[in-house]
Amino acid sequence: MKNIDSNTHVSGTSVYLDDVPVLNGTLFGAAYGSPCAHGVIRELILEEALQMPDVVRIFTAADIPGHNEIGGIIKDEPLLADKHVHFCGMPVAFVVARTREAARAAVKKIRIKIDTLPVITDPREAQSKGELIIPPRTFQLGDTDNTWSQCAYVIEGNVDINGQEHLYIETQGAYAVPQENNSLRIYSSTQGPTAVQRAVSGIIGAPMHRFEVIVTRLGGGFGGKEDQANTWAALCSLAAWLLKKPVKYALHRMEDMAMTGKRHPYAADFKIGLNKDLQILAYEAAFFQNAGAAADLSPAVLARTLFHCTNAYYIPNVKATAWSCRTHLPPNTAFRGFGGPQGMFVIEAAIAKAANVLKVDAAIIQKRNLIRTGQEFPYGQTAESEALNCWEKAETLYDIVDQQRRIQQFNADNKLFKKGLAFMPICFGISFTNTLMNNARSLVHIYSDGSVGISTGAVEMGQGVNTKILQVAAQTFSIPPEKIRLNNTSTYTIANTSPSAASATADLNGKATLIACTAILDRLKRLAAEAFQVSTDQITLSNGQVLVNELPSHWDWQELITTAFARRISLSEHGHYATPEIHYDAVKEKGHPFAYHVYGTAILEATVDCLRGTYTIDTVKVVHDFGNSMNTDIDRGQIEGGIVQGIGWMTMEEVVYDKEGILRSNALSTYKVPDIYSVPKTIDIEALQTNRDNLAIFRSKAVGEPPLMYGIGAWFALHNAIRAFHPYADIPFITPMTPEKVLLALYSKTNPEKNQQHAETVSHLGIDQ
Amino acid sequence: MKFILNNEDVGTTLPPGMPLLDFIRYHQHLTGTKTGCNEGDCGACTILAGDLKQGVLVYRAWTSCLTPLGNAHGKHIVTIEGINMLPALNPIQQAMADNCATQCGFCTPGFVMSLAGFCLDRKTPDAENAIAAIDGNICRCTGYKSIERAAGTVAGLLTDRNGEEPAIFATRQQILPEYFAGIKERLKSLIPTLNGELNPPSDTHPRFVGGGTDLYVQQPEAIQEQPIRFLLGQELLKGITREDNRCVLGASVTVNDILESSIMRTWFPALGNYLKLVSSTPVRNMATIAGNFVNASPIGDMTIFFLALDATLELSDGQSVRTLPLRDLYKGYKQLNKTSAEYITRCWFELPGDSTGFNFEKVSKRTHLDIASVNSAISITIAANLISDIRISAGGVGPVPLLLTDTAAFLKGKAPGTATIKQACAIAQLEITPISDTRGTAEYKRLLLEQLIKAHFITLFPTLQVELLL
Repeated sequence: MKNIDSNTHVSGTSVYLDDVPVLNGTLFGAAYGSPCAHGVIRELILEEALQMPDVVRIFTAADIPGHNEIGGIIKDEPLLADKHVHFCGMPVAFVVARTREAARAAVKKIRIKIDTLPVITDPREAQSKGELIIPPRTFQLGDTDNTWSQCAYVIEGNVDINGQEHLYIETQGAYAVPQENNSLRIYSSTQGPTAVQRAVSGIIGAPMHRFEVIVTRLGGGFGGKEDQANTWAALCSLAAWLLKKPVKYALHRMEDMAMTGKRHPYAADFKIGLNKDLQILAYEAAFFQNAGAAADLSPAVLARTLFHCTNAYYIPNVKATAWSCRTHLPPNTAFRGFGGPQGMFVIEAAIAKAANVLKVDAAIIQKRNLIRTGQEFPYGQTAESEALNCWEKAETLYDIVDQQRRIQQFNADNKLFKKGLAFMPICFGISFTNTLMNNARSLVHIYSDGSVGISTGAVEMGQGVNTKILQVAAQTFSIPPEKIRLNNTSTYTIANTSPSAASATADLNGKATLIACTAILDRLKRLAAEAFQVSTDQITLSNGQVLVNELPSHWDWQELITTAFARRISLSEHGHYATPEIHYDAVKEKGHPFAYHVYGTAILEATVDCLRGTYTIDTVKVVHDFGNSMNTDIDRGQIEGGIVQGIGWMTMEEVVYDKEGILRSNALSTYKVPDIYSVPKTIDIEALQTNRDNLAIFRSKAVGEPPLMYGIGAWFALHNAIRAFHPYADIPFITPMTPEKVLLALYSKTNPEKNQQHAETVSHLGIDQ
Repeated sequence: MKFILNNEDVGTTLPPGMPLLDFIRYHQHLTGTKTGCNEGDCGACTILAGDLKQGVLVYRAWTSCLTPLGNAHGKHIVTIEGINMLPALNPIQQAMADNCATQCGFCTPGFVMSLAGFCLDRKTPDAENAIAAIDGNICRCTGYKSIERAAGTVAGLLTDRNGEEPAIFATRQQILPEYFAGIKERLKSLIPTLNGELNPPSDTHPRFVGGGTDLYVQQPEAIQEQPIRFLLGQELLKGITREDNRCVLGASVTVNDILESSIMRTWFPALGNYLKLVSSTPVRNMATIAGNFVNASPIGDMTIFFLALDATLELSDGQSVRTLPLRDLYKGYKQLNKTSAEYITRCWFELPGDSTGFNFEKVSKRTHLDIASVNSAISITIAANLISDIRISAGGVGPVPLLLTDTAAFLKGKAPGTATIKQACAIAQLEITPISDTRGTAEYKRLLLEQLIKAHFITLFPTLQVELLL
């Protein structure tokens, strides 16, 4: 089934935040962000801005009637800077004017005097100075200390992983409209309507029930609108509440890029020990997460880095510690993969370095150590593994022997171009790692004409969740999809929602919908059983027809509903689902945090132009553990899109802050995401169809985040291509692998086998000096 | 100001410097056209501009965020609403839906418009050209593979066109709404009512705006309220002609005009490969060569191209006319040897002879639709196996687009051998002063320029032993 939103998308009739018709009298906002990254505000000078034409009012922290606080996990983030500024772009004032242009023009007239303080952009520096968001966390399995002596090889190294700008094509925004009785309707481009509702409630100091947050749809989210949509909604709500006028703010791209956080950059150290058979016996890692100026979702992101620090491998002795380091960058936030990709890159780097030192193909080490069913992850959950199945199916299906032979031949035949190959296995846990968030609700109404309306807490952002939920209802009721409509997401219809995130939205909201539909269906079946004087298990629904003992009766769906309505049977149900089985003890750092894991293997091939340092990622061939896909069209799209986003993160997408903490890659001209010519010529995707029971909706495993991590293989394919040109090339484990890094590595003069440290010489962020 | 917007004649007295995108979305309430980046880099705001050129109706995709409203004057402006045939989808839209080529949907109208532009274009209707038509559209969700499949389907819609007028074919096949068939006549009757060009008030000092592709990135607010003299549509500034051994280009020639010029294609057989590296289809449709010159970016692709050809400019202040070699236009970073009243009218260069080779190289973080880290062009003439004349231009390695004169002087009179080339690279290092910025570190730019100089020679002299150069 195609995405149910295609028709409105292709005709330009889908309604996004900036398309909501604007009411008469609507005012327009624009935020004034701090021009420097760290300091104490001495004076904020608004007079000139206030005198600009059409300016209505400028709000500052002093105007906030409730608490000046929007932090989700930790209360450490003011909406508007009061005395201190902690990052460049931190909102200090909010201008409201009669036109968009006037608001923006007035922002430019605001002056501020700040006594500047030292700026930290490097997480290692923050950690050494004790600037931590939360105490460090350690995951431990076995005993690494006593294992090193048993290892034939011990290899150490370090890694610098850059961030990633979400670059949802629709920028952030909100539109707050006053309603009667001191309440607001807030249109928000958010993945977390409840988070927005909670933030607004706190800022205004009025109960949550006064704030209806509505989301029609998002023009992309990728995690960037999970918690960071709160700011704009809170600013518009503050102004709308105090002025009693509708207030709208859709951010300009450069405001969005400068003021919002991104995927967390990480620095990391690793130590890996192997025996002579290339079995990994021990692994230690230290992660330094660049959290930015406030907690935002960093503690949760940090946890997932630890959960995925051994990727798809079983390692009997593991010790991984992670520090969430406070720096003076915009608070970094959720981004597809949520800390998992960073953890996986480090173990892949450790394996690649071991392979280089031992002069073996990294794929041999990778395959030998894949986790098997019954083996334990460092956090105590035992695996139901598809890792080896995916790997072996990929090897056979894509004839890896032939591919390796072709690449060797190519490299022997060509001087100016070299090819490289890399395997990228993945293992990603599905569920919010904060157990309490794993619940959802769905409100299903059957109207008296037989049409069905469904509201859930899920936010449609292109991932096709509405289509999947519709399929759940259509399949349960056995009626045509045309009879079913998915409503927009509103905190007045569905309360206390978890954000649409963690790849779990279709599972949680789909299950809640299944529960609601099943409850109504049971009532309908009882009614039919009574009418036909049979038992309820003799009644089934099929293709809009009521069957008795599998034979069509004279009742169709319409007749069934009409009768039920006449008999005063409830045609509505509010279904609630909470994931069973999961639990986690954050003190012991052990438990069963995930409903299930998604596995897969990708094989990536890259070609490097050894003269110019440019490159192409040629093919990505994947065997992916779908479980039992309920929508192959949508799932294929998620995988292709995830792979390309992951390749972008690993290759061309370079977030650049200067040493003053000012974003230099602040527009699409300086921050490059993949275009149509940069994507692999071939992306082959094959399902590992399994019917093993799992907690996914209709056994269809989550597909949102896992494929992004196939893109990590692009870095290692390039690494291998460079080494085909220059076997001793100095290739520090720094992402992204831009054409600059490739060219400098191709012509590097040093020998990396001496295990040199890179952190001292190369900055973690690609700092623009 | 008058133009046709979809199927309606519109007139407006709004400031002609306003971005067309804002006019469409916030004044006409046509919200299918999306705001993405405000700098022509994402294509979410793509619209089509139809224009009569010597009686031929030509449609081009433009990014409306960079288009001054004034450049719509006298044209047919088409938004996504203008190609809808609801409740049915048109075949372009159907192809996108069938191939699951839309996820969040925010970029989708831009892709559909670019593909509609492809259906109205006269290029060979194959999949490669269909994909080229969407090279300025960024999608963050799909990874493009499904969009590639849709583009292939759209190309298939046009296989039977056989030289028929694209707008007529598209309406006859019900690819686009019926009214497109009448646009040519409507434009014909609209144009005489316009009283010629859109002119700024006579007592003002107008800004000159060509394609606007850089002005609207750098200073969109500043420009909106200013009196503007629009140069893009001026017939006198158009055209690429051959005069004896010279090629003469009007100042408002766009990059795409160059690409389509039979003169340029004949003398520069690899032109398509070079210009594919320059921005994207909609920006190439708008960006003028003179705009690239006067923008004075140290890394302007067309400037680097024409510097190696030793182009000469003609400037006018409305009263008098003078000529100036392009190499003398730049006095310092963004400083021009030109008064504010002067604008470029045309430029020319000597067409290269049989013994002259030309090559253009550009490396950027993303190969396409990106600004160069370093770019370079070479024009090299060989007589009796020796270099008799040579010019190498280099961008991104100094405050202005450079001609490497010392390097050229060293090479002149020598044979192009590997040792000589290596020595030339060393000399080039002394001529450049790159700085570190988002496009690369100074160290990288130095190495990269050397590599691009080597690439010039490896491309032009295939018998060189490349391993000696690496």
